[in-house]
Amino acid sequence: MFIFRLKRTVKLGFKSLWMHRLRSTLTTLGIIFGVSSVIAMLAIGEGASRDAQEKIAQLGSRNIIIKTIKPPEDQAAGGQQQTLMEYGLTYKDAERFQNGIPDVQVIVPNRRISQQALYRNRRTSLEVVGTVPWYPEISPTRVRFGRFLSTTDMHYRQGVCVLDERVVRELFALDDPIGQDVKIGGDYYRVVGVATEQSQTPASADLESKDATGAKKASGANVGAMYVPLTTVRERFGEMSMQMSSSSGQTLERIELQEIIVQVQDVDMVMGTRQSVQTLLSRFHKKNDYEIVVPLELMRQAKDFQRIFTIVLGSIAAISLLVGGIGIMNIMMATVSERTREIGIRRALGAKKKDIVIQFLSETLILTLSGGFLGMALGALIPFFVTHFGQMRTVITGSSLILAFGISGAVGIAFGLYPAYRAANMDPIESLRHE
Amino acid sequence: MIEFRQEPKFGTDGPILVMEDLCKSYQLGHTELRVLREINLAIESGEYVAIMGPSGSGKSTLLNMIGCLDRPTSGDYRLGGQSVSALDDDELSMIRGARIGFVFQSFNLIAQLNVVENIEIPMYYQGYSEHESDERARELATMVGLGERLGHRPSELSGGQQQRVAIARALSNDPLIILADEPTGNLDSSSGADILAILDRLHNEGKTLIVVTHDEHIATRAERVVRLFDGRIDKEEFNRR
Repeated sequence: MFIFRLKRTVKLGFKSLWMHRLRSTLTTLGIIFGVSSVIAMLAIGEGASRDAQEKIAQLGSRNIIIKTIKPPEDQAAGGQQQTLMEYGLTYKDAERFQNGIPDVQVIVPNRRISQQALYRNRRTSLEVVGTVPWYPEISPTRVRFGRFLSTTDMHYRQGVCVLDERVVRELFALDDPIGQDVKIGGDYYRVVGVATEQSQTPASADLESKDATGAKKASGANVGAMYVPLTTVRERFGEMSMQMSSSSGQTLERIELQEIIVQVQDVDMVMGTRQSVQTLLSRFHKKNDYEIVVPLELMRQAKDFQRIFTIVLGSIAAISLLVGGIGIMNIMMATVSERTREIGIRRALGAKKKDIVIQFLSETLILTLSGGFLGMALGALIPFFVTHFGQMRTVITGSSLILAFGISGAVGIAFGLYPAYRAANMDPIESLRHE
Repeated sequence: MIEFRQEPKFGTDGPILVMEDLCKSYQLGHTELRVLREINLAIESGEYVAIMGPSGSGKSTLLNMIGCLDRPTSGDYRLGGQSVSALDDDELSMIRGARIGFVFQSFNLIAQLNVVENIEIPMYYQGYSEHESDERARELATMVGLGERLGHRPSELSGGQQQRVAIARALSNDPLIILADEPTGNLDSSSGADILAILDRLHNEGKTLIVVTHDEHIATRAERVVRLFDGRIDKEEFNRR
């Protein structure tokens, strides 16, 4: 009974709206744009958020990255022509982590040096990463062809290397790199494998600029990587490097390791282990020459930031929805006064106030809900174009669709009630006389 | 809530419309404007009554009273044995929808609805099923001679045809009284004659008709003429036919 009545009410609503097709369409446009912008904004916000989180997740949520940083300038060293600066993480530190912190599962010490590499007549800047065979375990880097470094390479300090795809592109073009020799300084390294590129995350790029690697780095650290056994690097490059600085001329630096990456078994252990690392390091390092980066922490911060970002975007879009709602209310007020006589006729023929409210409210709801539907379609389309042309990731979540649609329904009720009540409270005698 | 549809229909015994000392006044600033004064009126089932009077005699107000669109200031009004003087807005709507069939001077059809849908309006508010009201609306439209124009909009019909739709609509809820306000006022004489013929036919079928008019020609067709003057019933005449 109620359902039948609802069906007829809706049918009647469509009929009345159809009488003023253009007006109804224009009014609905406000809601369409409102709803679609809510969905699009939320999709863009969500896309950016997932992007950032995935990039950070690539650093490894179970990892703790300890980096060498240059300590504040020593006062004693000032004025001298040539100084030796010794700082940073050491092999001893890695050993202490291994023995002193129980939750640690994997430890990867890395040495990073910026170099120029040569193959035949081609030359490129790259980063030599002196590392251990189990490096891929803690990083997203994967072997594409050939193999990664082995324990044998490590043990015998072999002159072998694994290049990432970027270096391969720059040095080899179409040649097969495996088995070829790449020259750095006076030494040759045989390519045994090709690995995926190391991703440049905003976070790590930011950190790397503060990073004190041996030689001067190419700006932004945006170079390919060449993985060489840590033992080989230690033997061939040593630990000394020259630094030119404007204040004190030449400085000689001695750094053993640029970073140590520690992986724990479970995400829950990350913060505890970070504390242990901190305690351990502060005991042995007098200078403040290290920095602890916890991707998990970054991830949480990014999440918080993105949530605010999404709320801001969403509220801006919600305002446009509100404006659309006001437009609907305006039109409904006009409709009600225009149809005063119809209201009078209906009242005379037995309609209660409630019936009139239902009639006009359902017309408003038809406008806003159909606007909501079309807005959902358009709202799903906009992110598609943003992704396609704007190279931005967008993610439409089911909840954003439901939210936008729900809001359009709420707008319909909120802005439809007042005109509907105005209609219902008209005096039937007066409205029958209305011209 | 009053459920009218289960009520037994009233027989010919006893008047179906009774007004006792009914007064209506409006407050205009400090002066009280007394539009109706001590109206006493009883109408039997099946009667054909014309209410006449010059402008300002209170005709329209009396029409609104009979049509339950307005409440009296004092006095009693019983329609179908039930006092309606003290009913609230919803109950009045209910009474109008169940017991009164309105025919207006300017037809008052709803522009966006077609013939059948216009006829269905009172049944819609009375809760008839869609099927039932559709069937009944078609029957009534055919009865008033619009069987060929069921899907037409009011704007596609002549004045006489529109008024016939309005009569069909007034009949759709099977009312106690049919209340017509200048039903031929907006029509040319031949369409007007058609409408009057339909009213005559309804009267012959036993319907109770109350027509408010200032057209003496219509009044001669009624069994009884109630003449209003200055808010009072001036005199009542009975036509022998």
